[in-house]
Amino acid sequence: MKPVRDLLDKIHPHVSKGGRFQAFGSLYEAIDTLAFSPGFQTRTASHVRDGLDYKRMMFLVVNALVPCLLVGIWNTGFQAFSAIDAGAVPLADWQNALFQAIGGVYDSSNFLYCMLFGLIYFVPIFLVVHVVGLGIEVITAQLRNHDVSEGFLVTGMLLPLILPPTIPLWQVGLGTAFGLIIGKEVFGGTGMNFLNPALVCRAFLFFAYPAYISGDAPWIAADHLGVDGFTGATLLAQAAVTEGVLHTQNWFAAFWGGIPGSMGETSTAACLMGAGIVIGTGVGSWRTMAGTALGTIALASFLNFVGSETNPMFGVTWWWHMVLGGWALGTVFMTTDPVSSSYTDSGKWVYGFGIGALCVIIRSVNPAYPEGMMLAILFMNMFAPLIDHFVVRRNIRRRLARSGA
Amino acid sequence: MEHYLSLAMKAIFVENMALAFFLGMCSFLAVSRKVETAIGLGVAVIFVLGLTTPLNQFLVENFLEEGALAWIPGGESVNLSFLSYLVLIGTIAATVQVVEMAIDRYLPALYGSLGVFLPLIAVNCAILGGALFMVQRDYTFGEAAVYGVGSGVGWFLAIVALAAVRERLRYSDVPPPLRGLGITFITVGLMAIAFMSFSGIQL
Repeated sequence: MKPVRDLLDKIHPHVSKGGRFQAFGSLYEAIDTLAFSPGFQTRTASHVRDGLDYKRMMFLVVNALVPCLLVGIWNTGFQAFSAIDAGAVPLADWQNALFQAIGGVYDSSNFLYCMLFGLIYFVPIFLVVHVVGLGIEVITAQLRNHDVSEGFLVTGMLLPLILPPTIPLWQVGLGTAFGLIIGKEVFGGTGMNFLNPALVCRAFLFFAYPAYISGDAPWIAADHLGVDGFTGATLLAQAAVTEGVLHTQNWFAAFWGGIPGSMGETSTAACLMGAGIVIGTGVGSWRTMAGTALGTIALASFLNFVGSETNPMFGVTWWWHMVLGGWALGTVFMTTDPVSSSYTDSGKWVYGFGIGALCVIIRSVNPAYPEGMMLAILFMNMFAPLIDHFVVRRNIRRRLARSGA
Repeated sequence: MEHYLSLAMKAIFVENMALAFFLGMCSFLAVSRKVETAIGLGVAVIFVLGLTTPLNQFLVENFLEEGALAWIPGGESVNLSFLSYLVLIGTIAATVQVVEMAIDRYLPALYGSLGVFLPLIAVNCAILGGALFMVQRDYTFGEAAVYGVGSGVGWFLAIVALAAVRERLRYSDVPPPLRGLGITFITVGLMAIAFMSFSGIQL
């Protein structure tokens, strides 16, 4: 590390105020604090003493996402190869050309080939998100005189995980730019937005280019549309159309993640590992997650009880709701976003419950959007400040009553 | 009963006056700085919409529609629907006057904080929009009442949520050119994306 420190120290005078490369000051600062712990100490009276700063916290969440990432990469390959086994043809894109050029074989039982294929699809999306996203972060930081904020690390990690593998890269770039600029930077950057920027990006792509992010085609990176007896639709989309389709499916396959879907959302097991990390370290709120689970259980049981002749989604039980679609990833990593969720403890229960319930409602009654988790979270993000408002009001009233005023 | 319930749900969520049709924007943007005021205006809008929509329905059905005057001898061929805008607006304006006087008398603090926007409910597009949708869709008296209250509740939810979001955004660091109305427009746009979760629901 010594040479790195020396190099950074040597550059420092040029990028500080008045230096020749002043415009790159925020970029320098970002690299410096990414590599080394800053040596600053608080000199005046401070209220919070904690070794856990923003950067470490964000890195914890990024680490917690690693299981989802790995399963997602494997599953991208596994789904494509399984489709090819069933008679689909590989897509005629550069990713497949590259895969064949380095000697890859379409073999769904071979773990390494699955990983390799998945990486070839995942890495370009990841890179586009980071090049566009970090570019925007650095430019806005420079324009507005901030430091580059670490908040992007989590957004940049989550974004590729909630997109389908076949999404065109220009859409990834466009969506990232929209999510970061309109969802976050216009409000002043990390910590000042009111919606989750990763979800703003996905919602933007979802409504602007629905053909690339819903329906049967995008979830599997192989041309499978003409294959008889094979469907690439997500299990949620299938369950919304056909009665009892879930009875023929293996719940554990959905739990471990071997089903079609966005890249990182399919494995509930991996999300549970992530949940263990974020709850254990106290970074994510267990209240929000528990509230979401409760809301899902309550509403799904209610719909099971009511039943419906025409809508098969009414019969889907809560344990299926929890392993399908974006439920697990959303619950662990998106509802708990400390910025866009409710701030108060009892507010978090209400907020989580609302998300869980709304997710089931949207999945069940809105045939257009079987993947309801994203919209449920965005919707409750919008009401989180209101929930806090009423919790605070209630506390004020209670304290007034206690003090006899 | 179920029919009325789904009509109400549709009016509140699927066809939200503020976030799906963008009606009533002027007061929506201007009176959403504080949650308390927003609640006051929202309740006033629920009240006015819930009152005027069925009232207008009654007037349209019994006096204005083609053949509505059949109960008067010789009135079968009279069609007064060209008067409907005039009558709809007149009813709304009169109702708002009554509400205004009532709030002034019983809730003077709220009257003060609503300011000019209370009389302006008379020209709030959400109210006239509700009446016109009612005419266009041929609602019965009961449906009109449910629809009026429902769309009022939807507008109320939207403005209260916006006010709470704006209270939180007070601590944000918005770029100077966007401060005030600019960032509010962006906020409303993002909220409308979230509200699209209900679009397309058939009830």
